[in-house]
Formats: sequence, structure tokens, C-alpha cells
Amino acid sequence: MAQPLPYLKESPSQTAGPYVHIGLAPGDAGFDIYAQELGRDIAGPNAAGTPITVTGTVTDGTGAAVKDVLIEVWQANAAGIYPGAGKVEEGFRGWGRVVPDFDTGQFRFDTVKPGPVMGRNARPMAPHLNLWLVARGLNIGLNTRMYFGDEAAANAADPVLNLIEQTHRRATLIARADGSTYHFDIRLQGEAETVFFDV
Amino acid sequence: MTATDLYQRDRTRHPPALAPDYKTSVARSPRLPLLSLQTSASELTGPTFGHNDIAALDNDLIRNYAHGGTPIGERIIVHGRVLDENARPVPHTLVEIWQANAGGRYRHKKDSYLAPIDPNFGGCGRTLTDENGYYVFRTIKPGAYPWRNWVNNWRPAHIHVSVFGTAFAQRLITQMYFEGDPLIAKCPIVQTIPDPRAIDQLVAALDMNASVPLDAIAYKFDIVLRGTRSTYFENRPEGN
Repeated sequence: MAQPLPYLKESPSQTAGPYVHIGLAPGDAGFDIYAQELGRDIAGPNAAGTPITVTGTVTDGTGAAVKDVLIEVWQANAAGIYPGAGKVEEGFRGWGRVVPDFDTGQFRFDTVKPGPVMGRNARPMAPHLNLWLVARGLNIGLNTRMYFGDEAAANAADPVLNLIEQTHRRATLIARADGSTYHFDIRLQGEAETVFFDV
Repeated sequence: MTATDLYQRDRTRHPPALAPDYKTSVARSPRLPLLSLQTSASELTGPTFGHNDIAALDNDLIRNYAHGGTPIGERIIVHGRVLDENARPVPHTLVEIWQANAGGRYRHKKDSYLAPIDPNFGGCGRTLTDENGYYVFRTIKPGAYPWRNWVNNWRPAHIHVSVFGTAFAQRLITQMYFEGDPLIAKCPIVQTIPDPRAIDQLVAALDMNASVPLDAIAYKFDIVLRGTRSTYFENRPEGN
């Protein structure tokens, strides 16, 4: 027998279930309890850069909208700086929670477009939003990224997009630009399944 | 980022995306493999929260939605520490919980179970761990409830728990169960976790020492997040 290692093991994940909103967005569950709900404003009032809107739908393997999903967003500011890693604008949290319309399944949120962020080995990453999805039926949160359709040159050089072996799947991470609105659908399964990461 | 990285997530301890006995996972599980990504600043940073973000009563579910009365049910304390895989405490991190009331009913516009809403119980709470990674909630023990999967499935009493850590890639949502509950072994959601030792890690222990006599009974629940790796020798692309 070798010496035992002293490490603990990460607690296993369990689904967030259909009522995740009670805990993380009680206003969407239909009641008012906290003086301040967290994650309702990603960029804050003083953020520099281009204000943008992101819309889309999460769909399952049958094509149906996943209406009970909750998405968390984590992003750098317009200068490519994450809160905690450098100085950002007062009130810029860089993080938020997105809940779709329970009837249509369409989500919509406002933020500012992030700048490029330095990746590993001094290779810059194209501007992107980090997304984490939880829902009933998802046993562990899904990590993905949203890149911007009007950043073709930066996307072509992005070290993460370039890791995707099936080159046609890279498009699943790139939002379609329509002025300052970006449309980004997420497909959990089936044709054009979104690329998800083990980070 | 040269100083720290995260230990690889041990996915053999987590439930797989596709767990057919939990029927909802079938159409919602990705079928293509996850793309393994060495972490960058995008994964190693994460949001932080402070005492300005929450209120003093937010961790007391017995009082945080009381409308002139007290919620019905067994008064309990849930406490423990948030640690990482190096057994180091995770201080000042946000812990959020949500749960059904004592009758097994959620305060949610989509829940239509027969058991009644409790007018004095909201069912959510949040707190920050202290400098030692310690947290505490006071609440009501949630009831078991039926759910549509097989015709006669019942969820064991449970509390949903959401934790942040310091890196977005440590983000975790899980569920806490109660020691001795016979429904744990029968629940298809619990049983999505393939390793019985990992399931045990989600079962809070009855903790008589932390109970308040004549008032509330305590359960202890520690939460472990992914550990941080210190890098002593950098990769050298040229092989040196």
C-alpha cells in the first residue's frame, strides 16, 4: 500500500431542478423576498464600451424550448479585464443570471461587449461571454462560450475555437450579429449540438 | 495565469449527463463529448460578493418570509464549511439554498402539488461563509414530495445548494439530503450519481452537539469545491 493522499473529493453535482428560480431568482418564481436580487445587472451603470443585447433560446434534443433553464454569464469588461483580476468600472460585476420567458422560452439580456482576454501561452482570446447552464434534467451545469459574429478575424485566431476538431461545429459558439443585438441559440442535443466544455 | 490552476474535475464522481432513469435527462443531455479546455483567465476568475449584497436575515428561513407568524414544521439548523479539495476553507463565498416547505410544496408558480403553501415560508436563503469557510442557516425541514418520472416517485427531503468558490469553473449546484432517509436509496435523481461514496457526501449528518435544546435540531453539511493547483514547474514548449 502506498501512502494515502490527503485530498478531499469535490461534492457531486445534482440537478438544479425545475424550481431553481426560488433560490437564485425568486422574482421569477413569483415572489418578492430579498431587498436585492443578485445577477440582475451584469455591467452596471458605469461600464465603458458598446452596450449590447443578447437574445436566444435553449432547445432540447426534440427541438422543444427549455423554458426552465437558468443561465449564468461571466465576462470581462470592454478592456478585457475580469473583476478581481484588475481594475474595472465601479459597479461592473461581470456576472449575471438570465431566465427565459416561461411561455416562449426566449431569453434576453443586456450587457456591454467584452474586450479580448489574454489566454494561455500569451495567445489572445476573441471577445466572448462565458455561460453556465443549469436546469431540470441537467445533472451537472454545462459550460460553454458565446463569441461574436462580427469578430471574424479574432474568432479565426481564437485558441479555444481552434480546438474544436470538427470545424463546422465552431459556428455553434458564434452569435449572429444584428446591429448591437446578438442572437445566440443553444442546442443541448441533436443537429448542431452546441459545443460544451469540460473546464 | 501561471501561479494557479484547478484540479481536473473528477467526472466519475458526478452524475453523467445521460441518466435514463431520470427521464428528463434523456432529451436534455449532450450526446457529443465535452471539449476539454485547459483553464484560462475566463475560468479561473469568478464573481465575488460582499455583505452589501445580502441582508442579515437572509440566512434565517424561519424569519425571512414570516408574514405575522412562524412557518409550520420541524425547526432545523444546517451548518458546515465550504472547503476545497486541499481541505482548505473557502472564505467569503456565497452560499444560496432553496427548498420545499414542511408539506413538500415549493413557493413557485409552476408547482401545483396538493400540499398547501405556507404563508410564512418563502423557501430560500443565502449567506457568505466566514473567514474559516463556515456557514449556517436556520430553516424548516422540507417534506418529501411526489414527482412525475415513474408513476410513483418521491423525492427524499432535500435542500438545494448553490456555491461559487473563487473561480467560475468551481461553480457547483447540488442537493443536501438528511441522514437516515429511506427515500434516498429509491430516488432516480440521487441515483444518477454512480459512486455510492459520492452519494454519502451529500447526506448531512444529524449533529446533536450543534442543536439548540428545546428549539432546533442541527444537521452538518460540508461542501467541497474543486481544488487549486500550485504550479512549481512550468511547461516548456521546447521540451526543456
